[in-house]
Amino acid sequence: MRTPASEIAVTARRISKNYGAVEALRNLSLDFPRGQLTSLLGPSGCGKTTLLKIIAGLLEPTSGEVEVNGKAVTGPGPDRAFVFQDFALLPWANVLRNVAFGLELRGIARSEREAIAEGYIRNVGLAGFEASYPHELSGGMRQRVGLARALSVDAQVLLMDEPFSAVDEQTRRKFQEDLLSLVQREAKTFIFVTHSIEEAVYVSDQIAILLPRPSRVSEIIRPGGFRNKGADQIRRDPEYLDIVDEIWASLRRYVE
Amino acid sequence: MMPQRSLMLTLLSAGLVFGAWQIAGMIPVSYAFPTFLETMSALLRMVLDGTLFVAFGETLKPLLVGIAISAALGIGLGLWIGLSSWFDWLFSPIFIVMQAAPLAALIPLLVMVYGIGLTSKVFVVCIMAMPVIVLNTSGAVRNTPTSLKEMGRSFLGSERDIVLKIILPAASPIIFSGLRLGVSAGFIGAVLAELKITPTGVGDIISYSRSIADYPSMYAAIFSIIVLAVLFLNLLERLEDFLFEGNNRGYASDT
Repeated sequence: MRTPASEIAVTARRISKNYGAVEALRNLSLDFPRGQLTSLLGPSGCGKTTLLKIIAGLLEPTSGEVEVNGKAVTGPGPDRAFVFQDFALLPWANVLRNVAFGLELRGIARSEREAIAEGYIRNVGLAGFEASYPHELSGGMRQRVGLARALSVDAQVLLMDEPFSAVDEQTRRKFQEDLLSLVQREAKTFIFVTHSIEEAVYVSDQIAILLPRPSRVSEIIRPGGFRNKGADQIRRDPEYLDIVDEIWASLRRYVE
Repeated sequence: MMPQRSLMLTLLSAGLVFGAWQIAGMIPVSYAFPTFLETMSALLRMVLDGTLFVAFGETLKPLLVGIAISAALGIGLGLWIGLSSWFDWLFSPIFIVMQAAPLAALIPLLVMVYGIGLTSKVFVVCIMAMPVIVLNTSGAVRNTPTSLKEMGRSFLGSERDIVLKIILPAASPIIFSGLRLGVSAGFIGAVLAELKITPTGVGDIISYSRSIADYPSMYAAIFSIIVLAVLFLNLLERLEDFLFEGNNRGYASDT
């Protein structure tokens, strides 16, 4: 199943990354379809965060290149926004300033950026917390702030680095459901790093399984049938369960 | 409820210390150790006849100039050292040596070069105050969380924005603790300079009262400089709270 080139938002081509003598990624190529959510799934140390940071322009590949909408990536750009595993909020700034911070760095005037930020704060369900500081919020609420900040710069590509790994199980399930509707609602391309098989199968249109040292894409899975069945039906769908099992079967020998 | 309780605790601890002082003076532990009340009456006398204000006017000059220079130069240098490994290599050893050096031994050298005027005293204050400010700042800058810096870069912050809006505020709690230590050291330096170089200001009251065995006045002068230092540190804390409110996470017991 080939996707036409204009439908590919992000392309990674023959990416290699070495840290000294350690080969983190070798000759990795992968396409990310526009408007869809692609998960990078693999055991820890398989280089999935490295790949995400190379796409973000935060790390430079040793060789190979990344293209976003056909343009080669040379550094961070306005077409990509990042959601961090540890939230990366400014502890001295309140929710409103944190959400507006991406716009602040772009030099948007205060009243304008705060108006935009207020809208996204409402979208992620944090209305009323504009003046709170990060230490007054729960882990889940902090990540909502991180998500609102990434949404408010209106980038076409959203890069999420294990965004739900630092929140509790129940909040995570809620986040996963919210993410599904977010992908539907926003015409954005999502690249999502996770180490949870269930999470990847639940939220993804496409799952790239990375195997470690040096990392390469071993398999691409596109769950199809249960995508449109509604959030609460997915987890009991036979296809969902089969894919989870299948992925575990291919990953288990890499896990000590 | 809370402010009242903490005020009570402050008063209680002050009462305990002053009470112990009063008792120790009444025993007396030493002929040269006046009671708390004698000291306070000497202090009141010096306040009323204005000697204290004249003395503080004299002492504050090298102190404020020295602290202002130390803070501005210290934070600037610390920032530079923290951002560049090359500057770290070049400058860090100087401040580590400065912090470790026995200052009193250097004073004759300073006097030889800069004479007995204000310059030497400002230098003493700077030598005392600056190393800890520089070292704290550079350490804090170096330890800015990586993800915060990456966040700044990924949201297209310029180098300048990342330093001013992320690195400096993130380092501010440790920079301010360096400033507090530096300011206390600066107070020590200012008095030391007045005792060791030329007796002026508060240092003059201390050494003169001692020479005529007027111990209450001597302790009153020491007490007044401590009070001033505490007030100054409090002011610094207010400034920090005002500038970086969210950094003050409070105590778990405050709820």
